[in-house]
Amino acid sequence: MEKGNGCCFSSLSSIATLSSVAFVVILILVRVVHVIYSSGRPLSKRASKPVSTLIILGSGGHTAEMLNLLAVLQKDRFKPRFYIAAATDNMSLQKAILLENSLASESGTAVADTAQFMKIYRSREVGQSYITSIWTTLIAIVHALWLMIKIRPEVILCNGPGTCIPLCVIAFIFKVLGIRWSSIFYVESIARVRRLSLSGLLLYKLWLADQIFVQWPQLQQQYPRATYVGRLM
Amino acid sequence: MGGEKTKRVVFVTVGTTSFDALVKSVDSETVQKELLAKGYTHLLIQMGRGSYLPTKSEGDCTLAVDYFTFSSSIADHIRSASLIISHAGSGSIFETLQLCKPLIVVVNEDLMDNHQSELAEELANRKHLFCASPQTLHQTIADMDLNALRPYSPGDATPVAKHINRFLGFPDD
Repeated sequence: MEKGNGCCFSSLSSIATLSSVAFVVILILVRVVHVIYSSGRPLSKRASKPVSTLIILGSGGHTAEMLNLLAVLQKDRFKPRFYIAAATDNMSLQKAILLENSLASESGTAVADTAQFMKIYRSREVGQSYITSIWTTLIAIVHALWLMIKIRPEVILCNGPGTCIPLCVIAFIFKVLGIRWSSIFYVESIARVRRLSLSGLLLYKLWLADQIFVQWPQLQQQYPRATYVGRLM
Repeated sequence: MGGEKTKRVVFVTVGTTSFDALVKSVDSETVQKELLAKGYTHLLIQMGRGSYLPTKSEGDCTLAVDYFTFSSSIADHIRSASLIISHAGSGSIFETLQLCKPLIVVVNEDLMDNHQSELAEELANRKHLFCASPQTLHQTIADMDLNALRPYSPGDATPVAKHINRFLGFPDD
């Protein structure tokens, strides 16, 4: 008898645990679906204040395209601006610093008020072994998380480098958890005519980006959720 | 003009990495013969981190050949050249097109992720440049008609900026 009761009780409690776990999982899933649903839609309220903007820079060609976009974006709306580039890439941040310096001297403000420049560890350098890259990937994720907690951007602009993936995933988790709502814009490189890059494909398939812009019409036909915007170069 | 031949420079650029197959190709007799036949007088090669060293030449009745590894004034070299032969990197391609110079893009077939040919082929279809491989470069030079090239009009980032502004609820200017 006693034994039977105990068994009944433990099965009851395990059912209770199971159902509460299931409830939490469903809750998270519903939230994820809701975030994905709202992400693809324009923000409903009119923007009145400037938005803090994270700009993820890539190498040579990518950076040139991003700077072309920044040249036409209203600097008084997209500020403060946080630039992130891979720790091994000095050129890209130099170009961004040059741009911000000239902007600051035009408007007579200090660069430090409107822009910050940061470097991020890459999870894997070309040619690195896979065993050591487990460790470096962990460091890269923690570093990305640390940067994102500090920045908590409202807008993320990225256009290609793999470094944008961990940052966009963290931004998406922040959206799910309600820490910060950010709009993620991804501009596929002009070099991609027929197929999205790996970064673009991941953001597209996982519904991580709010908007994916492509520069060739045939690419938009392949990926109907992308938006064709013409050439940036 | 006059007594001295007009200087017509061909500038070869491999960008920030290396592309020995291209350097070898422009160092070959077949390619240099075609360049001479087209009236070019000088060949200047930016060879990057490549290990293959081309043969320098003073060029009395042949092509004058010179090379260097890197330069901070690539744009100046492009500006003073009459023909550019470039790797398929988008940086070099658009820098050359925006300076309105005739361009042959040579696709590196050894690259693992060879998406680079996409851009070169698309721009070749639109007659903004010629596209070749290291093996077919001499043929491309022999066959090319520079008058068939169409000028490239630079792109415009304002449509993207407009989309982003609208998405965030900023009013149109």
